Amino acid sequence: MNFLEVKGLSRSFGGLRAVQEVSFSVEKNAIKAIIGPNGAGKTTLFNLISGALPPASGQVFISGSPIHGLPPHRIARRGISRTFQNIKLFSRMSVLENVMIGRHIRSRAGFLAAMLRLPRTKAEEREIRETSMDILSLLGIGDLADQEATSLPFGKQRVVEFARALATEPDLILLDEPAAGLNIHETAHISEMIMKIRRRGITVLVIEHDMSLVMNISDEIVVLSSGKKIAEGAPAAIQKNGEVIRVYLGEGDA
Amino acid sequence: MPFEQLLQYIFSGITSGSIYAIVAIGFNIIYNTTGIINFAQGEFLMLGGMTAISLHSFMPLPLAILAAVIITSAVGALIDFIFIRRLKSPSVLNMVIVTIGLSIMIREIALHVWDEKVRSLPYFTGSEVTSINIMGAYISPQVLWVLGVSGVIVAFLGVFFRFTLTGRSMRACASNITAARLCGINTKNMVTISFMLSAAIGALAGCVISPITQTQYDCGTSLAIKGFTVAILGGLGNSTGAVIGGIIIGLLEAMSISIMPLAYKDAISIAILLIILFARPSGLLGKREAAGLKEF
Repeated sequence: MNFLEVKGLSRSFGGLRAVQEVSFSVEKNAIKAIIGPNGAGKTTLFNLISGALPPASGQVFISGSPIHGLPPHRIARRGISRTFQNIKLFSRMSVLENVMIGRHIRSRAGFLAAMLRLPRTKAEEREIRETSMDILSLLGIGDLADQEATSLPFGKQRVVEFARALATEPDLILLDEPAAGLNIHETAHISEMIMKIRRRGITVLVIEHDMSLVMNISDEIVVLSSGKKIAEGAPAAIQKNGEVIRVYLGEGDA
Repeated sequence: MPFEQLLQYIFSGITSGSIYAIVAIGFNIIYNTTGIINFAQGEFLMLGGMTAISLHSFMPLPLAILAAVIITSAVGALIDFIFIRRLKSPSVLNMVIVTIGLSIMIREIALHVWDEKVRSLPYFTGSEVTSINIMGAYISPQVLWVLGVSGVIVAFLGVFFRFTLTGRSMRACASNITAARLCGINTKNMVTISFMLSAAIGALAGCVISPITQTQYDCGTSLAIKGFTVAILGGLGNSTGAVIGGIIIGLLEAMSISIMPLAYKDAISIAILLIILFARPSGLLGKREAAGLKEF
Protein backbone atom coordinates (compact mmCIF):
# COMPACT_ATOMS: atom_id res chain seq x y z
CA MET A 1 0.00 0.00 0.00
CA ASN A 2 1.23 3.48 -0.81
CA PHE A 3 1.89 5.82 2.07
CA LEU A 4 0.24 8.92 0.58
CA GLU A 5 -2.53 8.43 -1.93
CA VAL A 6 -4.06 11.41 -3.72
CA LYS A 7 -7.13 10.59 -5.83
CA GLY A 8 -8.82 12.97 -8.23
CA LEU A 9 -8.26 16.14 -6.22
CA SER A 10 -9.97 19.22 -7.67
CA ARG A 11 -10.44 22.79 -6.56
CA SER A 12 -11.50 25.96 -8.41
CA PHE A 13 -11.34 29.62 -7.51
CA GLY A 14 -14.23 31.30 -9.27
CA GLY A 15 -13.75 30.32 -12.91
CA LEU A 16 -10.12 29.32 -12.47
CA ARG A 17 -9.70 25.57 -12.18
CA ALA A 18 -6.58 25.62 -10.02
CA VAL A 19 -6.29 21.87 -9.51
CA GLN A 20 -8.14 19.40 -11.74
CA GLU A 21 -8.44 15.69 -11.09
CA VAL A 22 -4.90 15.28 -9.82
CA SER A 23 -3.97 11.78 -8.69
CA PHE A 24 -0.64 10.35 -7.60
CA SER A 25 0.86 8.35 -4.81
CA VAL A 26 4.03 8.44 -2.76
CA GLU A 27 5.78 5.42 -1.31
CA LYS A 28 6.91 5.32 2.29
CA ASN A 29 10.21 7.14 2.82
CA ALA A 30 10.45 8.36 -0.78
CA ILE A 31 11.22 11.87 -1.95
CA LYS A 32 8.76 13.02 -4.56
CA ALA A 33 9.01 16.39 -6.28
CA ILE A 34 6.18 18.41 -7.77
CA ILE A 35 7.26 20.74 -10.53
CA GLY A 36 5.47 22.91 -13.05
CA PRO A 37 5.34 26.47 -14.34
CA ASN A 38 4.07 29.30 -12.13
CA GLY A 39 0.34 29.08 -11.60
CA ALA A 40 0.27 25.34 -12.30
CA GLY A 41 -1.52 24.74 -8.98
CA LYS A 42 1.37 23.33 -6.96
CA THR A 43 0.82 25.35 -3.79
CA THR A 44 -2.96 24.86 -4.06
CA LEU A 45 -2.31 21.13 -4.16
CA PHE A 46 -0.29 21.44 -0.93
CA ASN A 47 -3.07 23.47 0.65
CA LEU A 48 -5.56 20.74 -0.28
CA ILE A 49 -3.40 17.98 1.20
CA SER A 50 -2.59 19.87 4.42
CA GLY A 51 -6.19 20.95 4.92
CA ALA A 52 -5.58 24.69 4.61
CA LEU A 53 -8.19 24.53 1.83
CA PRO A 54 -10.98 21.95 1.61
CA PRO A 55 -10.99 20.10 -1.72
CA ALA A 56 -14.05 20.53 -3.98
CA SER A 57 -13.77 16.86 -4.86
CA GLY A 58 -11.29 14.05 -4.56
CA GLN A 59 -9.69 12.13 -1.75
CA VAL A 60 -6.43 12.02 0.20
CA PHE A 61 -5.35 8.94 2.13
CA ILE A 62 -2.52 8.45 4.61
CA SER A 63 -1.66 4.76 5.04
CA GLY A 64 -5.10 3.96 3.70
CA SER A 65 -7.14 6.18 6.02
CA PRO A 66 -8.88 9.26 4.59
CA ILE A 67 -7.80 12.73 5.76
CA HIS A 68 -9.56 14.98 3.23
CA GLY A 69 -12.07 17.34 4.79
CA LEU A 70 -10.42 17.27 8.21
CA PRO A 71 -9.44 20.63 9.75
CA PRO A 72 -5.72 21.46 9.42
CA HIS A 73 -4.84 20.87 13.07
CA ARG A 74 -6.27 17.35 12.89
CA ILE A 75 -4.34 16.62 9.71
CA ALA A 76 -1.19 17.88 11.44
CA ARG A 77 -1.87 15.41 14.24
CA ARG A 78 -2.06 12.62 11.66
CA GLY A 79 1.62 13.24 11.02
CA ILE A 80 1.70 15.72 8.16
CA SER A 81 3.79 18.83 8.49
CA ARG A 82 4.71 21.56 6.03
CA THR A 83 6.81 24.60 5.34
CA PHE A 84 5.78 27.63 3.35
CA GLN A 85 7.09 29.34 0.24
CA ASN A 86 6.85 32.67 2.08
CA ILE A 87 8.16 31.72 5.50
CA LYS A 88 5.59 31.81 8.32
CA LEU A 89 7.46 31.86 11.62
CA PHE A 90 6.04 33.06 14.92
CA SER A 91 7.28 36.59 15.48
CA ARG A 92 8.27 37.87 18.92
CA MET A 93 9.41 34.38 19.84
CA SER A 94 12.86 32.87 19.99
CA VAL A 95 14.01 30.19 17.57
CA LEU A 96 13.73 27.60 20.33
CA GLU A 97 10.18 28.66 21.24
CA ASN A 98 9.15 28.40 17.59
CA VAL A 99 10.37 24.82 17.47
CA MET A 100 8.80 24.04 20.85
CA ILE A 101 5.38 25.06 19.49
CA GLY A 102 5.87 22.33 16.93
CA ARG A 103 6.17 19.84 19.79
CA HIS A 104 2.77 20.96 21.04
CA ILE A 105 0.86 18.10 19.45
CA ARG A 106 3.22 15.52 20.92
CA SER A 107 2.60 16.60 24.50
CA ARG A 108 -0.24 15.66 26.78
CA ALA A 109 -0.04 18.03 29.73
CA GLY A 110 -3.32 19.83 30.22
CA PHE A 111 -3.87 23.47 31.05
CA LEU A 112 -4.29 22.97 34.78
CA ALA A 113 -1.33 20.65 35.14
CA ALA A 114 0.83 23.15 33.29
CA MET A 115 -0.25 26.02 35.54
CA LEU A 116 0.36 24.05 38.71
CA ARG A 117 3.79 23.01 37.43
CA LEU A 118 3.21 19.39 38.36
CA PRO A 119 6.33 17.21 38.29
CA ARG A 120 5.02 15.32 35.28
CA THR A 121 4.59 18.59 33.39
CA LYS A 122 8.03 19.78 34.37
CA ALA A 123 9.52 16.58 33.02
CA GLU A 124 7.50 16.97 29.84
CA GLU A 125 8.53 20.61 29.45
CA ARG A 126 12.15 19.55 29.83
CA GLU A 127 11.65 16.80 27.27
CA ILE A 128 10.13 19.28 24.82
CA ARG A 129 12.99 21.72 25.34
CA GLU A 130 15.65 19.03 24.90
CA THR A 131 14.08 17.46 21.80
CA SER A 132 13.73 20.90 20.25
CA MET A 133 17.37 21.67 20.97
CA ASP A 134 18.37 18.33 19.43
CA ILE A 135 16.49 19.17 16.26
CA LEU A 136 18.16 22.58 16.08
CA SER A 137 21.56 20.96 16.51
CA LEU A 138 20.77 18.31 13.91
CA LEU A 139 20.07 21.08 11.40
CA GLY A 140 23.16 22.97 12.49
CA ILE A 141 21.51 26.03 14.04
CA GLY A 142 21.78 25.10 17.72
CA ASP A 143 23.73 28.29 18.41
CA LEU A 144 20.78 30.43 17.25
CA ALA A 145 18.29 28.99 19.77
CA ASP A 146 17.87 32.18 21.79
CA GLN A 147 17.71 34.61 18.86
CA GLU A 148 14.41 36.14 17.85
CA ALA A 149 13.30 33.96 14.93
CA THR A 150 12.07 36.68 12.57
CA SER A 151 15.25 38.75 13.01
CA LEU A 152 17.40 36.05 11.39
CA PRO A 153 18.55 36.19 7.75
CA PHE A 154 16.16 34.62 5.27
CA GLY A 155 18.15 31.42 4.75
CA LYS A 156 18.32 30.73 8.49
CA GLN A 157 14.61 31.41 8.92
CA ARG A 158 13.94 28.69 6.38
CA VAL A 159 16.01 26.25 8.44
CA VAL A 160 14.04 27.25 11.57
CA GLU A 161 10.83 26.47 9.71
CA PHE A 162 12.28 23.07 8.80
CA ALA A 163 13.10 22.49 12.46
CA ARG A 164 9.58 23.44 13.54
CA ALA A 165 8.07 21.08 10.97
CA LEU A 166 10.36 18.26 12.16
CA ALA A 167 9.45 18.92 15.79
CA THR A 168 5.93 17.64 15.14
CA GLU A 169 7.53 14.25 14.33
CA PRO A 170 5.79 14.00 10.99
CA ASP A 171 5.61 10.90 8.82
CA LEU A 172 5.17 13.12 5.78
CA ILE A 173 6.64 16.56 5.29
CA LEU A 174 5.48 18.98 2.57
CA LEU A 175 8.18 21.46 1.55
CA ASP A 176 6.96 24.41 -0.52
CA GLU A 177 9.90 25.78 -2.54
CA PRO A 178 12.54 25.26 0.15
CA ALA A 179 15.29 26.77 -2.01
CA ALA A 180 13.38 29.86 -3.19
CA GLY A 181 15.40 33.02 -2.60
CA LEU A 182 18.48 31.15 -1.41
CA ASN A 183 22.01 31.33 -2.82
CA ILE A 184 23.95 28.33 -4.13
CA HIS A 185 25.52 27.46 -0.77
CA GLU A 186 22.26 27.72 1.10
CA THR A 187 20.56 25.60 -1.56
CA ALA A 188 23.23 22.93 -1.15
CA HIS A 189 22.62 23.03 2.59
CA ILE A 190 18.86 22.61 2.04
CA SER A 191 19.43 19.61 -0.19
CA GLU A 192 21.59 18.06 2.53
CA MET A 193 18.84 18.69 5.08
CA ILE A 194 16.23 17.03 2.90
CA MET A 195 18.43 13.94 2.72
CA LYS A 196 18.82 14.04 6.53
CA ILE A 197 15.05 14.24 6.89
CA ARG A 198 14.60 11.18 4.70
CA ARG A 199 17.17 9.27 6.72
CA ARG A 200 14.92 9.78 9.73
CA GLY A 201 12.29 7.70 7.96
CA ILE A 202 10.17 10.66 6.86
CA THR A 203 8.45 10.78 3.49
CA VAL A 204 9.06 14.02 1.59
CA LEU A 205 6.88 15.82 -0.93
CA VAL A 206 8.63 18.88 -2.30
CA ILE A 207 7.65 21.71 -4.64
CA GLU A 208 10.73 23.23 -6.22
CA HIS A 209 11.80 25.33 -9.19
CA ASP A 210 15.52 24.67 -8.81
CA MET A 211 15.88 21.84 -11.34
CA SER A 212 19.35 20.72 -10.29
CA LEU A 213 18.05 20.31 -6.74
CA VAL A 214 14.96 18.43 -7.93
CA MET A 215 16.91 16.09 -10.21
CA ASN A 216 19.48 15.37 -7.49
CA ILE A 217 17.24 14.50 -4.60
CA SER A 218 13.97 13.14 -5.90
CA ASP A 219 13.05 9.53 -6.56
CA GLU A 220 10.08 10.53 -8.66
CA ILE A 221 8.63 13.69 -10.13
CA VAL A 222 5.05 14.82 -10.81
CA VAL A 223 4.66 17.57 -13.40
CA LEU A 224 1.67 19.90 -13.17
CA SER A 225 0.55 22.39 -15.79
CA SER A 226 -2.58 24.54 -15.60
CA GLY A 227 -3.88 22.45 -12.72
CA LYS A 228 -3.49 19.08 -14.47
CA LYS A 229 -0.93 16.35 -14.04
CA ILE A 230 0.88 16.03 -17.36
CA ALA A 231 3.64 13.60 -16.43
CA GLU A 232 4.96 11.44 -13.64
CA GLY A 233 8.10 9.36 -13.39
CA ALA A 234 11.76 9.10 -12.54
CA PRO A 235 13.91 12.24 -13.03
CA ALA A 236 15.70 10.85 -16.08
CA ALA A 237 12.42 10.01 -17.82
CA ILE A 238 10.90 13.40 -17.00
CA GLN A 239 13.90 15.19 -18.52
CA LYS A 240 13.21 13.46 -21.85
CA ASN A 241 9.41 13.81 -21.75
CA GLY A 242 8.27 15.77 -24.79
CA GLU A 243 5.15 17.19 -23.15
CA VAL A 244 7.20 18.48 -20.20
CA ILE A 245 9.74 20.12 -22.50
CA ARG A 246 6.91 21.76 -24.46
CA VAL A 247 5.35 23.18 -21.26
CA TYR A 248 8.65 24.49 -19.97
CA LEU A 249 10.15 25.81 -23.19
CA GLY A 250 7.05 26.66 -25.17
CA GLU A 251 5.80 25.42 -28.56
CA GLY A 252 8.17 25.02 -31.45
CA ASP A 253 10.56 22.50 -32.84
CA ALA A 254 12.87 22.48 -29.85
CA MET B 1 1.33 70.55 47.56
CA PRO B 2 2.45 68.91 50.81
CA PHE B 3 4.25 65.61 50.47
CA GLU B 4 1.56 63.58 52.24
CA GLN B 5 -1.09 64.91 49.92
CA LEU B 6 1.02 64.16 46.85
CA LEU B 7 1.54 60.62 48.15
CA GLN B 8 -2.21 60.30 48.65
CA TYR B 9 -2.82 61.25 45.02
CA ILE B 10 -0.12 58.89 43.82
CA PHE B 11 -1.68 55.99 45.72
CA SER B 12 -5.13 56.67 44.36
CA GLY B 13 -3.67 57.08 40.86
CA ILE B 14 -1.82 53.77 41.00
CA THR B 15 -4.92 52.02 42.34
CA SER B 16 -7.24 53.11 39.56
CA GLY B 17 -4.37 52.70 37.12
CA SER B 18 -3.86 49.07 38.05
CA ILE B 19 -7.57 48.40 37.51
CA TYR B 20 -7.40 50.03 34.08
CA ALA B 21 -4.36 47.88 33.37
CA ILE B 22 -6.30 44.69 34.20
CA VAL B 23 -9.17 45.72 31.91
CA ALA B 24 -6.64 46.56 29.19
CA ILE B 25 -4.95 43.18 29.59
CA GLY B 26 -8.38 41.57 29.16
CA PHE B 27 -8.70 43.46 25.85
CA ASN B 28 -5.20 42.36 24.87
CA ILE B 29 -5.71 38.65 25.48
CA ILE B 30 -8.72 38.48 23.16
CA TYR B 31 -7.16 40.89 20.67
CA ASN B 32 -4.06 38.73 20.44
CA THR B 33 -5.87 35.51 19.58
CA THR B 34 -8.66 36.90 17.43
CA GLY B 35 -7.70 40.39 16.30
CA ILE B 36 -10.94 41.78 17.71
CA ILE B 37 -11.60 44.33 20.42
CA ASN B 38 -14.09 42.77 22.81
CA PHE B 39 -16.32 45.67 23.82
CA ALA B 40 -18.05 43.49 26.40
CA GLN B 41 -14.85 43.40 28.49
CA GLY B 42 -16.21 45.94 31.01
CA GLU B 43 -19.32 43.81 31.44
CA PHE B 44 -17.14 40.95 32.68
CA LEU B 45 -16.10 43.15 35.63
CA MET B 46 -19.69 44.08 36.37
CA LEU B 47 -20.83 40.44 36.11
CA GLY B 48 -18.05 39.26 38.40
CA GLY B 49 -18.81 41.91 41.02
CA MET B 50 -22.59 41.43 40.88
CA THR B 51 -22.42 37.63 41.01
CA ALA B 52 -20.05 37.72 43.99
CA ILE B 53 -22.33 40.20 45.81
CA SER B 54 -25.37 37.94 45.33
CA LEU B 55 -23.52 34.78 46.30
CA HIS B 56 -21.98 36.45 49.35
CA SER B 57 -25.40 36.60 51.02
CA PHE B 58 -25.20 32.86 51.60
CA MET B 59 -21.53 31.88 51.38
CA PRO B 60 -18.24 33.20 52.71
CA LEU B 61 -16.49 35.93 50.72
CA PRO B 62 -13.55 33.94 49.29
CA LEU B 63 -15.91 31.21 48.05
CA ALA B 64 -18.31 33.77 46.58
CA ILE B 65 -15.47 35.42 44.67
CA LEU B 66 -14.14 32.10 43.43
CA ALA B 67 -17.60 31.07 42.26
CA ALA B 68 -18.13 34.45 40.59
CA VAL B 69 -14.85 34.10 38.69
CA ILE B 70 -15.78 30.59 37.52
CA ILE B 71 -19.30 31.63 36.49
CA THR B 72 -18.08 34.68 34.59
CA SER B 73 -15.45 32.62 32.88
CA ALA B 74 -18.18 30.17 31.84
CA VAL B 75 -20.14 33.11 30.44
CA GLY B 76 -17.01 34.03 28.46
CA ALA B 77 -16.86 30.51 27.02
CA LEU B 78 -20.57 30.60 26.24
CA ILE B 79 -20.20 33.88 24.37
CA ASP B 80 -17.50 32.34 22.22
CA PHE B 81 -19.53 29.15 21.60
CA ILE B 82 -22.75 30.90 20.69
CA PHE B 83 -21.60 34.02 18.91
CA ILE B 84 -17.98 33.87 17.77
CA ARG B 85 -17.18 30.22 16.97
CA ARG B 86 -20.16 29.80 14.67
CA LEU B 87 -19.34 32.71 12.38
CA LYS B 88 -18.40 31.04 9.11
CA SER B 89 -15.84 33.48 7.80
CA PRO B 90 -15.86 36.18 10.43
CA SER B 91 -14.52 39.57 9.47
CA VAL B 92 -12.99 41.55 12.30
CA LEU B 93 -15.62 44.24 11.91
CA ASN B 94 -18.48 41.71 12.25
CA MET B 95 -17.03 40.28 15.43
CA VAL B 96 -16.47 43.72 16.94
CA ILE B 97 -20.09 44.62 16.29
CA VAL B 98 -21.16 41.32 17.87
CA THR B 99 -19.29 42.28 21.05
CA ILE B 100 -20.90 45.73 21.13
CA GLY B 101 -24.30 44.06 20.89
CA LEU B 102 -23.32 41.63 23.61
CA SER B 103 -22.26 44.39 25.98
CA ILE B 104 -25.67 46.04 25.60
CA MET B 105 -27.44 42.72 26.04
CA ILE B 106 -25.48 41.74 29.16
CA ARG B 107 -26.19 45.15 30.71
CA GLU B 108 -29.92 44.81 30.04
CA ILE B 109 -30.01 41.29 31.47
CA ALA B 110 -28.13 42.51 34.55
CA LEU B 111 -30.65 45.33 34.95
CA HIS B 112 -33.47 42.75 35.01
CA VAL B 113 -31.68 40.32 37.28
CA TRP B 114 -30.28 42.81 39.79
CA ASP B 115 -32.25 46.08 39.22
CA GLU B 116 -30.49 49.46 39.14
CA LYS B 117 -29.47 49.62 42.79
CA VAL B 118 -25.82 50.33 43.59
CA ARG B 119 -24.27 47.47 45.59
CA SER B 120 -20.87 46.51 46.84
CA LEU B 121 -18.93 43.70 48.41
CA PRO B 122 -17.72 44.26 51.98
CA TYR B 123 -14.12 45.39 52.52
CA PHE B 124 -11.88 42.31 52.39
CA THR B 125 -10.07 43.36 55.56
CA GLY B 126 -11.24 46.00 58.01
CA SER B 127 -14.10 48.32 57.09
CA GLU B 128 -14.54 51.53 55.13
CA VAL B 129 -13.11 53.57 57.97
CA THR B 130 -10.02 51.43 58.51
CA SER B 131 -6.93 53.03 57.07
CA ILE B 132 -3.24 52.37 56.99
CA ASN B 133 -0.74 55.14 57.41
CA ILE B 134 2.07 54.92 54.86
CA MET B 135 4.55 57.79 55.21
CA GLY B 136 1.79 60.20 56.17
CA ALA B 137 -0.72 59.17 53.51
CA TYR B 138 -3.86 57.35 54.65
CA ILE B 139 -5.02 54.54 52.42
CA SER B 140 -7.67 51.89 52.74
CA PRO B 141 -6.44 48.30 53.08
CA GLN B 142 -8.66 47.52 50.08
CA VAL B 143 -6.26 49.59 47.97
CA LEU B 144 -3.51 47.17 48.92
CA TRP B 145 -5.82 44.30 47.93
CA VAL B 146 -6.35 45.88 44.52
CA LEU B 147 -2.63 46.42 44.01
CA GLY B 148 -1.80 42.94 45.25
CA VAL B 149 -4.39 41.18 43.08
CA SER B 150 -3.37 43.18 40.00
CA GLY B 151 0.23 42.26 40.63
CA VAL B 152 -0.64 38.59 40.99
CA ILE B 153 -2.73 38.62 37.78
CA VAL B 154 0.10 40.21 35.78
CA ALA B 155 2.66 37.76 37.21
CA PHE B 156 0.34 34.81 36.57
CA LEU B 157 -0.17 35.82 32.94
CA GLY B 158 3.56 36.35 32.50
CA VAL B 159 4.24 32.77 33.61
CA PHE B 160 1.26 31.43 31.69
CA PHE B 161 2.24 32.93 28.33
CA ARG B 162 5.92 32.16 28.65
CA PHE B 163 6.12 28.75 30.28
CA THR B 164 2.99 26.77 29.49
CA LEU B 165 2.11 24.98 26.30
CA THR B 166 -1.34 26.56 26.21
CA GLY B 167 0.15 29.99 26.73
CA ARG B 168 2.72 29.48 24.02
CA SER B 169 0.07 28.13 21.66
CA MET B 170 -2.00 31.26 22.24
CA ARG B 171 0.99 33.40 21.38
CA ALA B 172 1.53 31.28 18.30
CA CYS B 173 -2.08 31.94 17.21
CA ALA B 174 -1.55 35.66 17.76
CA SER B 175 1.58 35.60 15.70
CA ASN B 176 0.58 33.47 12.73
CA ILE B 177 -2.72 31.66 12.74
CA THR B 178 -2.08 29.57 9.59
CA ALA B 179 1.23 28.27 10.89
CA ALA B 180 -0.32 27.60 14.29
CA ARG B 181 -3.01 25.42 12.70
CA LEU B 182 -0.44 23.49 10.75
CA CYS B 183 1.50 22.86 13.96
CA GLY B 184 -1.60 21.02 15.17
CA ILE B 185 -3.02 23.77 17.36
CA ASN B 186 -6.80 23.91 17.52
CA THR B 187 -7.07 27.66 17.08
CA LYS B 188 -10.80 27.77 17.85
CA ASN B 189 -10.16 26.29 21.28
CA MET B 190 -7.48 28.91 21.86
CA VAL B 191 -10.08 31.61 21.17
CA THR B 192 -12.40 29.98 23.72
CA ILE B 193 -9.60 29.90 26.28
CA SER B 194 -8.81 33.56 25.62
CA PHE B 195 -12.45 34.51 26.25
CA MET B 196 -12.51 32.46 29.45
CA LEU B 197 -9.24 33.89 30.66
CA SER B 198 -10.14 37.52 30.08
CA ALA B 199 -13.61 36.97 31.59
CA ALA B 200 -12.00 35.38 34.65
CA ILE B 201 -9.46 38.13 35.29
CA GLY B 202 -12.15 40.72 34.58
CA ALA B 203 -14.43 39.11 37.18
CA LEU B 204 -11.64 38.97 39.74
CA ALA B 205 -10.86 42.65 39.17
CA GLY B 206 -14.59 43.44 39.39
CA CYS B 207 -14.68 41.82 42.83
CA VAL B 208 -11.64 43.53 44.35
CA ILE B 209 -12.69 47.00 43.23
CA SER B 210 -16.31 46.56 44.28
CA PRO B 211 -15.82 47.81 47.89
CA ILE B 212 -14.12 50.99 46.61
CA THR B 213 -15.97 51.86 43.39
CA GLN B 214 -19.27 50.06 44.02
CA THR B 215 -20.98 47.88 41.45
CA GLN B 216 -24.02 48.66 39.34
CA TYR B 217 -25.48 47.07 36.20
CA ASP B 218 -23.87 49.71 33.95
CA CYS B 219 -20.55 50.23 35.71
CA GLY B 220 -18.72 48.23 33.03
CA THR B 221 -18.97 50.82 30.27
CA SER B 222 -16.80 53.51 31.81
CA LEU B 223 -14.24 50.93 32.91
CA ALA B 224 -14.15 49.54 29.37
CA ILE B 225 -13.50 53.00 27.93
CA LYS B 226 -10.64 53.59 30.36
CA GLY B 227 -9.26 50.12 29.75
CA PHE B 228 -9.46 50.63 26.01
CA THR B 229 -7.59 53.94 26.29
CA VAL B 230 -4.91 52.21 28.32
CA ALA B 231 -4.65 49.32 25.88
CA ILE B 232 -4.17 51.77 23.00
CA LEU B 233 -1.71 53.88 25.01
CA GLY B 234 0.40 50.88 25.91
CA GLY B 235 0.21 49.40 22.43
CA LEU B 236 -2.57 46.92 21.61
CA GLY B 237 -1.70 43.39 22.57
CA ASN B 238 1.24 44.38 24.77
CA SER B 239 0.69 43.56 28.43
CA THR B 240 3.75 45.37 29.78
CA GLY B 241 2.50 48.38 27.85
CA ALA B 242 -0.91 47.97 29.50
CA VAL B 243 0.61 48.13 32.99
CA ILE B 244 2.70 51.21 32.17
CA GLY B 245 -0.21 52.87 30.34
CA GLY B 246 -2.59 52.09 33.20
CA ILE B 247 -0.37 53.71 35.79
CA ILE B 248 0.23 56.77 33.58
CA ILE B 249 -3.51 57.32 33.03
CA GLY B 250 -4.33 56.61 36.68
CA LEU B 251 -1.74 59.11 37.89
CA LEU B 252 -2.78 61.77 35.38
CA GLU B 253 -6.40 61.42 36.45
CA ALA B 254 -5.53 61.59 40.13
CA MET B 255 -3.30 64.63 39.66
CA SER B 256 -5.87 66.38 37.49
CA ILE B 257 -8.25 66.42 40.45
CA SER B 258 -5.91 68.73 42.30
CA ILE B 259 -5.96 71.36 39.58
CA MET B 260 -9.28 70.80 37.78
CA PRO B 261 -12.84 70.11 38.83
CA LEU B 262 -13.59 66.43 39.44
CA ALA B 263 -16.05 66.36 36.56
CA TYR B 264 -13.16 66.65 34.08
CA LYS B 265 -11.56 63.44 35.31
CA ASP B 266 -13.06 61.29 32.55
CA ALA B 267 -12.38 63.92 29.91
CA ILE B 268 -8.67 63.56 30.67
CA SER B 269 -8.48 59.93 29.57
CA ILE B 270 -10.59 60.56 26.47
CA ALA B 271 -8.34 63.49 25.56
CA ILE B 272 -5.32 61.23 26.01
CA LEU B 273 -6.91 58.59 23.78
CA LEU B 274 -7.39 61.18 21.02
CA ILE B 275 -3.84 62.48 21.37
CA ILE B 276 -2.38 58.96 21.08
CA LEU B 277 -4.50 58.14 18.06
CA PHE B 278 -3.24 61.30 16.33
CA ALA B 279 0.36 61.24 17.46
CA ARG B 280 1.38 57.64 18.01
CA PRO B 281 -1.31 55.15 16.98
CA SER B 282 0.95 52.18 17.72
CA GLY B 283 1.07 53.15 21.41
CA LEU B 284 4.04 53.45 23.75
CA LEU B 285 5.43 49.95 23.36
CA GLY B 286 3.57 48.81 20.24
CA LYS B 287 5.54 48.08 17.11
CA ARG B 288 4.82 50.38 14.21
CA GLU B 289 3.77 47.56 11.89
CA ALA B 290 1.40 46.20 14.53
CA ALA B 291 -0.45 49.50 14.43
CA GLY B 292 -2.05 48.28 11.22
CA LEU B 293 -4.54 46.82 13.74
CA LYS B 294 -4.31 43.39 12.17
CA GLU B 295 -7.16 43.53 9.69
CA PHE B 296 -8.83 46.87 10.35
